Amino acid sequence: MSPAISRRGFIVGGTLVGGGLVLGFALRPFSNLPAARALVTEDGSTLLTTWLKIAPDNTVTVIVPHSEMGQGVHTALPMMLAEELDADWSLVRMEQAPADPAFANGGLARGYLRGDASIPALLAGPSDFAFRKIAEFMNLQITGGSLSVRATGVDGMRRTGAAARWMLIQAAAASWGVPAAEVTASNSRLAHAASGRSATYGEFSTRAADFDPPGELPLKPRSAYTIVGTSKPRFDIPAKVAGTARYGVDVRLDGMLYAAVRACPVFGGSPASFDTVAVAKRRGVKKVVTIPGGVAVVADNWWRAKQAVDALEISWENGPGAAHSSESIYAGMDEALDKGELDEDFSFGDTDKALRGAVQVVERSYRVPYLAHATMEPMSCTVHRTGDKLEIWGGFQDGLGARAFAAKASGLPFANVSLHHTAMGGGFGRRGSTLNFLEQAIAIAQQVDAPVNMLWSREEDMTHDNYRQASVARMKAGLDASGHAIAWLHEFTEKHDPEDATWIAYGIPDRAARYVNGTDPIPFGPWRSVDNSHHGFFIESFVDELAHEAKRDPFEYRRDLLADAPRHRAVLEAAAKMSGWGTPLPKGRGRGISLKESFGTIVAQVAEVSVGDDGRARVERVFCAADPGEAVHPDGFVAQIEGGIIYGLTAALYGEISIEQGRVVEKNFGDYPMVRLADAPKIEVQIIHSGAKTGGAGEPGTPPTAAALANAVFAATGKRIRSLPLRKHDLREPIEAEPRKLG
Amino acid sequence: MRFTINQRAVELDVEPEMPLLWALRDELGLTGTKYGCGVAYCGACTVLVDGQPTRSCVTPMAAVAGKTVTTIEDGNHSAKLQRVREEWVAHQVPQCGYCQPGQIMAAVGLLLEKADPSDAEIDAAITNVCRCGTYTRIRAAIHAAAKS
Repeated sequence: MSPAISRRGFIVGGTLVGGGLVLGFALRPFSNLPAARALVTEDGSTLLTTWLKIAPDNTVTVIVPHSEMGQGVHTALPMMLAEELDADWSLVRMEQAPADPAFANGGLARGYLRGDASIPALLAGPSDFAFRKIAEFMNLQITGGSLSVRATGVDGMRRTGAAARWMLIQAAAASWGVPAAEVTASNSRLAHAASGRSATYGEFSTRAADFDPPGELPLKPRSAYTIVGTSKPRFDIPAKVAGTARYGVDVRLDGMLYAAVRACPVFGGSPASFDTVAVAKRRGVKKVVTIPGGVAVVADNWWRAKQAVDALEISWENGPGAAHSSESIYAGMDEALDKGELDEDFSFGDTDKALRGAVQVVERSYRVPYLAHATMEPMSCTVHRTGDKLEIWGGFQDGLGARAFAAKASGLPFANVSLHHTAMGGGFGRRGSTLNFLEQAIAIAQQVDAPVNMLWSREEDMTHDNYRQASVARMKAGLDASGHAIAWLHEFTEKHDPEDATWIAYGIPDRAARYVNGTDPIPFGPWRSVDNSHHGFFIESFVDELAHEAKRDPFEYRRDLLADAPRHRAVLEAAAKMSGWGTPLPKGRGRGISLKESFGTIVAQVAEVSVGDDGRARVERVFCAADPGEAVHPDGFVAQIEGGIIYGLTAALYGEISIEQGRVVEKNFGDYPMVRLADAPKIEVQIIHSGAKTGGAGEPGTPPTAAALANAVFAATGKRIRSLPLRKHDLREPIEAEPRKLG
Repeated sequence: MRFTINQRAVELDVEPEMPLLWALRDELGLTGTKYGCGVAYCGACTVLVDGQPTRSCVTPMAAVAGKTVTTIEDGNHSAKLQRVREEWVAHQVPQCGYCQPGQIMAAVGLLLEKADPSDAEIDAAITNVCRCGTYTRIRAAIHAAAKS
């Protein structure tokens, strides 16, 4: 550690050994502290630590370095800090950290990487994914990977709260001339019973800043929690029901103009020429500008801008991207797998040998299409260029990353770019690292002498997303004489994140996953649960097929493979029990079960499906058991799982982005339909508090859903769905054996 | 063009074909009503026109002349809207929240017509999309608002 770091810097940094209190500056020269202080303190309040302010009026403000996109992180993280601080929850406020390096959450990563005995080795296994991922997020301010509570909360907020509490006690003890051990802290008050003295935290907040907390402070045992584990009303909800929450699209500034855009329908293409004469004199139209890959119209009302941009006659330079179609892409994926030059994803034992020795080998292939994020708020942001300064307003999953991107795109120094967070009308991965919309908005603002609020039409949003990749999988398993799986081979195209998405908890001794990349010409973006979204479908459909081959009940077959995975087994059993697994269902109904761990949370689901005479499947109920270790905000966790299931169902039932001549065919919700209230199943969620390391909430609900649905369709009809979405299949007709034979 | 918005008479000089949504958002600064699809599918733009839930993204201003428009911002005036909002908070319905003004206005419209709607009536009336998947809670909140 650098000797230039002051004692408190060292101590704060020292807590990195325990994994916390390092956010932003503990691992930097301590001189960064004044910068952070200037950004978040006012009115005489004292910056005790990175993430906490206690004002003289006794309010506690927790500074959260993550973005709220409805996942409740702006409430759950303050709860974790307030718990250790023993704060009066009614006095706790939340403030989102500025998009400034002082609040980067990458400091945590460096702590892990410098070595901490309590952190598992950075080797194989799902539990280590979080740490590898944090490492990638160094210097970023990412809200993703279901990491906010897991990393910032567990290792930052709790330790910060405990340190602040300790500092307040020291300050009170010194002032009152009593031993610190006799001073108690609870409900935002300090007290000394023997002398009858008491004070608010606020009264000692200034003096507390003079005390340096030790590197290690004990954290509360779960049994002492009074805030964590309860479901406090979320801070963000009142404004959202009042209609006053401000999203990127709602930014209103003096003199602001509105922009609508049209990008080349073919990925990678650009406008060759366009004629502005027809629109230049339209009411409200201020300017027509060229932007990367397209054209924008700036007007005094977005509708006027949109009407004008639609009326533009543009001839496009499509470029080589126009050669691609879904068929050609799938064919290329099959070809690459046929060629067999695959990279190793993971390997245990000798899978090839075990397959050769198996009594029976089962082989199946599966396929999933591209998916759009389709956030309810299409991409939008407001940008204002004044002189050598650039100001941005919008909803970003990584504000700091967006700011750095903007600096590069505008050619301005990082310090000249500022970014104001707004609410996000859905994230799901779209508003993180894929910032083509921000690039456009900056290009517009650079050509207009006013703040410009750019909004994509739904059609632009759907056709210029960064998509969940299409993928083809070939699964192979070896069974012994009793049908028990002894070998497992999972081959697939296009690996992105997270690294452990193909991991299976099933105790199959010889197992491997292999992949080939380079088959996907379409822009990729992380989509809720990323690679887990389709590997959940591949793995859990295939396990179901193995159970069928072995003439076993699919639940019992899985359970028997989980003898050495007690947490997974408990979750699977809980979901089966909730669903009444094994009890009879009316004709045309079926149950399907599925299990997938992702982002540190183990989730099992049972879908109950009915198939009518019209050949369509209706999802009646979904039963879900989930083990996140502990749920900080149980109601928020349940909400995330419910939402994850609906997101997964929409994809499995309807979701398909198809490519023709290099462009996206689906334009709006009419051809990219959504599950709505009438087709939403009843959902029951049971949380299993195993006490294991805290897992994520935002993403793990999605990966098991598609397979639970497809397995239920099989149970109801005997028809095995091996390619998604389900709506492409008429369940009255025979289903194609293997998706690759579709050509 | 004259109409009443949240109990206030206004006059706007806009194209008769401009959708109500953009008059609300970009001319009157009422940004609580959201754009989601522009084709009346998602319902993020739902407002009440003379008490009827209406997709404002496809409703031309010509069609609202002389009428009464109620948006999410009217909460301080309308008792029913206030009740629905309270239940939305009690059930912690919103996640990202973007679609919720539209969901709430659709629910208010339903409750104005049917005091205690059945599940089937809720299914038929609430066709708004929520990408965060808050449907279970929307249904529960509507039932709760009806009971009070």
